[in-house]
Amino acid sequence: MKKVFGGESYLQLQESQIKPAYLFVLGCCFLAVAAWGYGSWFPIVFLVLGFGSMSAGALWFIKKTYEHELAGIKNNFIAFMPHTARGVLGWLVGVIFTTFYICLYWFPTKLEGLIRVVDPLSFLLRGSEANQWFLYGTFYTLAVLVMGVRFLYKYRYNRYQILRTLSVMFFQLVFAYLVPAFMMRLNQPEYYFSYFWPLSYYQLFPQNFDSLISQGGFGYFLFFWGVIMSFVAVPLLTYLYGKRWYCSWVCGCGGLAETLGDPYRQLSDKSLKAWKYERVMVHSVIVLVVVTTILLWINSINGGALFGSVSSSLAQWYGFFIGSAFSGVIGVGFYPLLGSRVWCRFGCPLAGIMGIIQKFYSRFRITTNGSQCISCGNCSKYCEMGIDVRWYAQRGQNIVRASCVGCGVCSAVCPRGVLSLENGPKNDKVKGPIQLTRVTKGSAEK
Amino acid sequence: MHVVIVGNGVAGSTVARHVRKYSENRITMISDESKHFYSRTALMYIYMGHMTFEDTKPYEDWFWDKNRIDLIQSRVTGIDRKKQLLCLQNGQTIEYDKLVLATGSKSNKFGWPGQDLGGVQGLYHLQDLQIMENNTKNITHAVVVGGGLIGIEMVEMLQSRGISVTMLVREKRFWNSVLPNEDADFIGKHIVKHGVDVRYETELVKIKGNDNGRVTSITCSSGETIDCQFVGLTVGVHPNTDLAELAGLHVENGVVVNKYLQSSDENVFAAGDCVQLQTPPKGRRPIEAVWYAGKMMGETVAANICGQEASYTPGVWFNSAKFFDIEYQAYGAVSSQLGEEEDGFFWKDDQDEVCVHFRFEKESRCFTGVNLFGIRGRHQVFEHWINQGVRIEEVIENLRAANFDPEFYKSYEPRILELFNKKYSTTLGLKSGKGLLTAFFRKLEGVRL
Repeated sequence: MKKVFGGESYLQLQESQIKPAYLFVLGCCFLAVAAWGYGSWFPIVFLVLGFGSMSAGALWFIKKTYEHELAGIKNNFIAFMPHTARGVLGWLVGVIFTTFYICLYWFPTKLEGLIRVVDPLSFLLRGSEANQWFLYGTFYTLAVLVMGVRFLYKYRYNRYQILRTLSVMFFQLVFAYLVPAFMMRLNQPEYYFSYFWPLSYYQLFPQNFDSLISQGGFGYFLFFWGVIMSFVAVPLLTYLYGKRWYCSWVCGCGGLAETLGDPYRQLSDKSLKAWKYERVMVHSVIVLVVVTTILLWINSINGGALFGSVSSSLAQWYGFFIGSAFSGVIGVGFYPLLGSRVWCRFGCPLAGIMGIIQKFYSRFRITTNGSQCISCGNCSKYCEMGIDVRWYAQRGQNIVRASCVGCGVCSAVCPRGVLSLENGPKNDKVKGPIQLTRVTKGSAEK
Repeated sequence: MHVVIVGNGVAGSTVARHVRKYSENRITMISDESKHFYSRTALMYIYMGHMTFEDTKPYEDWFWDKNRIDLIQSRVTGIDRKKQLLCLQNGQTIEYDKLVLATGSKSNKFGWPGQDLGGVQGLYHLQDLQIMENNTKNITHAVVVGGGLIGIEMVEMLQSRGISVTMLVREKRFWNSVLPNEDADFIGKHIVKHGVDVRYETELVKIKGNDNGRVTSITCSSGETIDCQFVGLTVGVHPNTDLAELAGLHVENGVVVNKYLQSSDENVFAAGDCVQLQTPPKGRRPIEAVWYAGKMMGETVAANICGQEASYTPGVWFNSAKFFDIEYQAYGAVSSQLGEEEDGFFWKDDQDEVCVHFRFEKESRCFTGVNLFGIRGRHQVFEHWINQGVRIEEVIENLRAANFDPEFYKSYEPRILELFNKKYSTTLGLKSGKGLLTAFFRKLEGVRL
């Protein structure tokens, strides 16, 4: 990355951050030892000393980072620190994340040591021993909570950000971690109430239907919860609030992106070219998942005759490439390189569908404040979805874009208060561009 | 027709874009500062690392190619208005049919001893930024001279690098030439909260240096000597009229232009900071060195070049800034001194985070202007109220409709109304936001947007 201006790489830690950093690294070391195969020795010890130290160290580090700063936007050095600007540290973090995801999906035995560390937690919550998915969920939830605290500190003057962050922390902890665990403990299916088809593509597959109803009445309820959410709640809530009700307030992928991914949000590609790719890719994924689901159902109703192998291999292919590789490995593994919302923007079919509703049938928009924009570029820079927000703001035009998840960071970083996320009358939604001066004679035709 | 624009700031680039919008004329934009238009307002964010230089370009590089606007990075060294051509430092000769001067501003320097020492500089263009990067490496203390908008930005920039700052302000309060006393005090408190050593009614006298030609300390009008390794001179700007003078155009403080922004040569226009309006519109100044005026002048010049007759009509004054963490917006006329026919209403919260200052005519009660600090106001609503001469009571009652704060933010309107009722012994009631907002939007359809 070519640097035109910028100081030396600011990897300097403040004095108060050094001890917390050591504690965090100590926690990592314990987990590394556990991963090496010693995790099953005394799991509780590694759980507390490993996960505990990492979390405590991180929280302490966060407190020291933000406690002395007056509340307000301070994105200092983000554009040239090695961690947040694709430097060596950023790459290193990316490699670690990606390696974890690859092991998670395809080499889970490599994670055996770590899985045994969370056995005590798994027995407590789920009533059975842990597997790689519980390990993943534990890391994931911790990341959302700890980095959520960081986000709360950073944006503590901004009520919208506080409420939104508390919301994602709540939904991740409760509906994406504790509730499925408790359900398992109660011998019920491990169900994720906060994920729906087509994001959670398996939810409406016939195999899932069969498996759920075999558990009795409750299974019917769970399946139809999924149907109602996907076909009634999603369109209705997206009409009222835009897709932000889900993508930046409820969804776990979004929750991780807004918390763990916040240091990397500015790495999203803002170019027009990227937007063109985005539209092709996300709509292709929608088509794929809809076709796969339909084929599977046709096949199931016809008793596996006609499309048998086609539908099942399509489903497998989808699961491998879209569900695992795209959503997980690239989606999260590449945070420090491509930003926090690659999956959401280029792949998530639920986001794609809600985006279409948002663009054409919703009351949500980002209003721009008349002619106040000074084209500084902060809004575009910090838009995690790669929307060139400035393009609209400088013309006094409302932003009505399918990919906008309503995180509100553009509005927060704008130094002149030009942007406001609003729900309003539909007929009022598309406004601008503003012509600043009125030509007194003649007409300004193109 | 070949339209040549000297300067690619917001004024020059707006001319270019709009000439292309209105016509198929050939367009060339020349700048010595940078190849592509970038947002000068973002200079501070580049230094602080919020953005890179590339991020500050409002249009991707292909935009200029796609719109067939030729860009040249060079300095204009000679001009012949009879032959209608320019000579550039890179050796090129450019012929023009219409010329636009959008040469911007220059930082003021008032002849202080030592003002040319190393480590002493203003902040205006990209090259200033690079110099500031070099000048502020490994220093501990800086002095910023001048309590205004660029000054406060410079202070914030320096503090982001852990450099302590002393600020010398000539007036009794911060930016007191523009802000009324209460507003200036409010901001002054905030600046001090950020650990800035502010000296009011203090001017720079002398800058002292060492044998290497670099600044080591300054002496100010109070007699005190302050050690420092950097001095920021932010005491205002003046129009950059070098090229206009070279061309023999009518120049006073700026390039003098008529209401069509045409200079003393009918083929030469001017836009932006470098302009001096011969007859400014009512309530406006001859020189307006703000981003918004540059944009509006750019549109006006483009229209005039392309055969329309467009006089410069900027409308209701508006401006904005940010003082550390407090956003400032101004709509209409709020002068630092209260006029004879005027009355003012000021409200501030207890935590000194938010304040508003309304101005209205004593007799007619017509709302004339507002300063907002820490509250975002809707541009179009305030503009509408000022244009319509709405009474201050109606403004206060409908304040919610003019609020642009994000969702869930604290609402200050009830307390503002309460104080107003107390001060003027009125019994106004706050009208709800949303319904009225819709009503206003409907009403605003007929208003200039």
